[in-house]
This record gives sequence, C-alpha cells and structure tokens, in this order.
Amino acid sequence: MVTLTLDQIGARYGRRTILEDASTPALKGGVLTALVGANAAGKSTLFRRIAGQMRGTGAVRLTGATKDDLRYMPQDTAMTAALTVYESIILALKQGAGGWRLSASELASVDSVLQRFGIAHLAERQLPELSGGQRQAVSIAQTLVTRPKVVLMDEPTSALDLYRQYEVLEALRSYAAETGAVMILALHDLNQVMRACETAIALSQGRILASGPALEVLTPALISQIYGIESRVERCSRGCPMMIVDGPAVPRSA
Amino acid sequence: MTALSLMSSSENAKSYRTLTARRIAVLGGLLALLVLSVAVDVSLGPARYPLPDVLRTLFMPSSADLQMRVVIWDIRMPMALLAVTVGASLSLAGAQMQTILANPLASPFTLGLSAAASFGAAIAMVLGVALFPAAIALMVPINAFAMAMAASLLIFGLSTLRGVTVETIILLGIALVFSFNAALALLQYFASEQALSAVVFWTMGSLTKATWGKVAVTAIILAVCAPLFARRAWALTAVRLGETRAAAMGVPVKRLRLETLFLVSLLAAVPVSFVGTIGFIGIVGPHVARLLLGEDQRFFLPGAMLSGAAILSATSVLSKAILPGAVLPIGIITALVGVPFFAALIMTKGRKSW
Repeated sequence: MVTLTLDQIGARYGRRTILEDASTPALKGGVLTALVGANAAGKSTLFRRIAGQMRGTGAVRLTGATKDDLRYMPQDTAMTAALTVYESIILALKQGAGGWRLSASELASVDSVLQRFGIAHLAERQLPELSGGQRQAVSIAQTLVTRPKVVLMDEPTSALDLYRQYEVLEALRSYAAETGAVMILALHDLNQVMRACETAIALSQGRILASGPALEVLTPALISQIYGIESRVERCSRGCPMMIVDGPAVPRSA
Repeated sequence: MTALSLMSSSENAKSYRTLTARRIAVLGGLLALLVLSVAVDVSLGPARYPLPDVLRTLFMPSSADLQMRVVIWDIRMPMALLAVTVGASLSLAGAQMQTILANPLASPFTLGLSAAASFGAAIAMVLGVALFPAAIALMVPINAFAMAMAASLLIFGLSTLRGVTVETIILLGIALVFSFNAALALLQYFASEQALSAVVFWTMGSLTKATWGKVAVTAIILAVCAPLFARRAWALTAVRLGETRAAAMGVPVKRLRLETLFLVSLLAAVPVSFVGTIGFIGIVGPHVARLLLGEDQRFFLPGAMLSGAAILSATSVLSKAILPGAVLPIGIITALVGVPFFAALIMTKGRKSW
C-alpha cells in the first residue's frame, strides 16, 4: 500500500516564509485527499516541495512508491504548442522513458487514459484549439498516462462545467481505488471536497491547521478560521454532506 | 465514458499511426525537394553549360574538361552545399531558440547574433583589426565568429543569473541588435569608400566565398549538434508545454535551456561568420517545419533542418536565375522573396499555435 507522510516541511522564497513545519500523519492511497486553503496559503508551494521542484527543510516520506512514481499537475499548462492531443499524451508518456519508437501497449495506455477522461473524441485536435475545460481534461490525462502511484493536482476541476466536474472527480476516484495511488488535489470548491474526498488537509498561512477525514477537518470553525466565512454542513437529498455558506463571519467594512 | 469516446478510441491509435506515416512522407518530400534544388543550383551559373555536361562532370569528373571541372567542383558545388549546411544550421538554431524561449520571434537574427557578426566583420574590414592576429587571412570570418559568440555568450551568461526570465533574455537580445547596429553604423560613418562597400556587401549575405573548407566546418558542427538535440527530443517538446509543466514531467528545464543556448550559439555563429546576414532563414525554416509537421521534435527537428536547407538552396537558385549572368546577394533574395511567401503561409495556413 502506498502512503505519503509530510514531516516538518518548510519552504521560503528569499526571506519570505511560505511553509512552516507542515506535517501530516501517513496519507493513505486508494482515496482522494483534498488540500484546501485560501489563496496564497502555500498550496502550490507544498506541491512543488513534495514534487521535488523546490528545496527547503523537512522530508517527504513515501512507502510503496518512489519519487519516480510521482506526477504533479501544475495549475497552468501552456497550450500553444503545435501538437495534437494524442501527441501531447504520448509526450507525457515518453518523456523520461526515452526511445523514439512506440509499442502497441504504449498506444493502448494512451487510448485508455483518453477514454477514462472522456476525451477520446479530441485525440486529433490541436492543443491551441481546445477550450479551457478540454485543456484541463487533457492535462489530467497527461498526468495519469504513466499510471503514477503518487499524484498531485493543482485545481484539476477549476475550468470544468458542473457535470464534467462530477464526472472527472468520479474518474479520479476510480483511478485511485484501482491503482491504490496517493492522490492529493488542491480544490477550492468545498462541496466537491465533501463529495469526492475521503481525507483533507487544511492549510492556512503556510501552516497545516488540520488533516484527517474530510468531514472532521472541514468544520464550520475551521472554515471560519481559514476563509472568514460563516457556514454549516447539511445533507443533500441523496445524503451527501454539503456546505451551506451563510456569508462573511465579520461583515466587511463597507 | 460517453458512447462517442468509446467508439472513437480504438480508431485513435490507428489514426496516430497514419499521422506518423504522413509525417515521415513529408520529411521524405522535403529531402527530395532539397536534392532537386541542389541539382538545379549546381547546373546554374554565369557560365552556361548543357545539363548532360554538368551531370558528366559530377559523376565522371575525369572525363570532363578542366575549366568545367573547376567551375562545377570548386565553385558551384561548395556554394550549393554551403547553402544546405548554412540553411540547416540557421533553421535548427532558430527552431531550438523558439522552443526554449517559448517565443516564435526568437532566431539568430532577432537575438543579435547576426548583428554582432556584422560588427565583428566590419572591425576587420574598416579598421583592419584582427581579434586573433594569428589567423590574419581569415580575419573577417574569425572576427565575425568571435563577436557572434561573444553576443551569444553574453545572453547565455545572463540567462544563468537568478530570476532571469525568458522575456528578459529576448529583450536583451533585441537590445543587442540595436547596439551592434549602432556600432556598425558608426564604423561605416568613418570607413573609407572601399571598406564601406566591402562592409555593405558582407552584410547583404552571400554564398560566393564558399569553399570546401567552410562546407566541412559547418557540416561537422551540424553533425555534432543535431544528435545532441535528438537525444533531448522529448524534453525539448515538453518545454513547449511551459516551464512548470515540463519540470513536473522531470525535465531539468534550466539545464536544458543552457545546454541548448550554448549549442545554438555555435550552430548560428559559424555559418553567419561565413556567409554574412541571412538570418531570416532562422525564422522561416522552423515555421514551415512547424506548419507541416507540428512540434513533436522527432519530426520537427529533422523537418526544421530540411526546410531551412531547402529554402536557402532554392533561394540560391533564385539569386542566380533572376538576373541572368549575375549572382545577387542571397541575403537580399531571402528577404525579398521569403517575406511575402512567409506572410502568405502564416496568414492562410495559420493555426492558433504561433
């Protein structure tokens, strides 16, 4: 079983401290873990530290996987290259693996990831012709085509319509269940978190305030602390927990 | 997931194979065009020889008469082949500059290498100063090479500094163009009439000083650089998805950018020092390759070399054919014919990618 543990992760840009003493218990694979926090709380920096793109203090411990099994999907992917969707996913598969020739099984894995995220019909489209939501789906497919065991995704659903958000999160859940991968998703929509994620990490001003089962982490008290928003948790007609936002905790001075 | 995607997915691998086959065919077509153009290039010139005689001189040199042998083998062949190696080098240099700087306007021409080379050559022609006195006979190309290399090393050095972005590198390159052009203008202002015309002619760009030695040097540099780029084909393609994304795919972006800038400097500085300013190839070649083949470097890399070589070779043919009996400076033809052709190409076939 794959687990990921953060041990006192710290990071700074110049003199500015971005992350301090960020620790979690072992995060289990097979389910989705949400990373929540206000803008500039340090979410992307935490991802870059875990992905090894940035130096700092502390350690990331992996069991059942190595650093090579990790894939990170940053928030922005340039889509100006003259590549088709299919080519861009082959690129994600072959970069690092090497070799110019493609085997039948490699093509099959490209096909299966396209299918999983519902973009097989876009295979021959040029990247610059895609809409924002399509780009995001392609970006997710690029990230998962190598079947990584540790996955970090920075806002994977921000450009998707309501139905596609639901569909993509379901596909990510089934990927996690199938591969046992540790998957950490930075998400802004707390209802998505409650619906799709088993566990959650709450980050505020570079510190981890809480981590654990999503419903235990996302308490009205914590939401108020992170976002300054008054809220309560209720259930939808199908029994899903959902967050009702009442408004700013302290009315902002006009 | 949806019925539509299920249906088309099995077809996707097949159409990708078709696409690959088509791209290989395009590369073959470019190669055929290049060979044809070189053949025409060799058979054209101020002295008019019938085609059978040219072919006989090429394939059975011993049976041809001496004058024709000298014209074909020592004058036309080096010129025709230098067009190929220079075209391929400048186009490859431009392609990789555009790739690592994420900018469609990057080329040896726009980043100041050509301007620096012109200035170096002018120092030799106007002031008679050899930057390396040991090689006084090759004063002009060596000065040009030294200045072009200095300019690219300046860009290279600056890009190693912390916090320097791609935009900074490009802006510095543009600043270099203006600085070297100003310095060149100053030299021209004080130059004697004879030196002035030499400088002006040099900056027009010309293949007429081609020798087998120059062909060999440019070919060797190309033969060293191209495989080094080929080994980095996937990483270079990944860089086009943006720095963050490429890094997330395990590409050491900074190191790759430095290695590429260094190779590109070599690749651009030498040809420019031999033939003067034909920088436009560095923009057109890669764009033609991109339109025909996309940016998967497995195809884009050979494609940029072939299209650059074919375009410069065709331009060499034109420079002889426009005014019978005269060889116009190829740099002028590249711009005069190349620019409208290029504009038409990007306006009509332009995709949303650059």
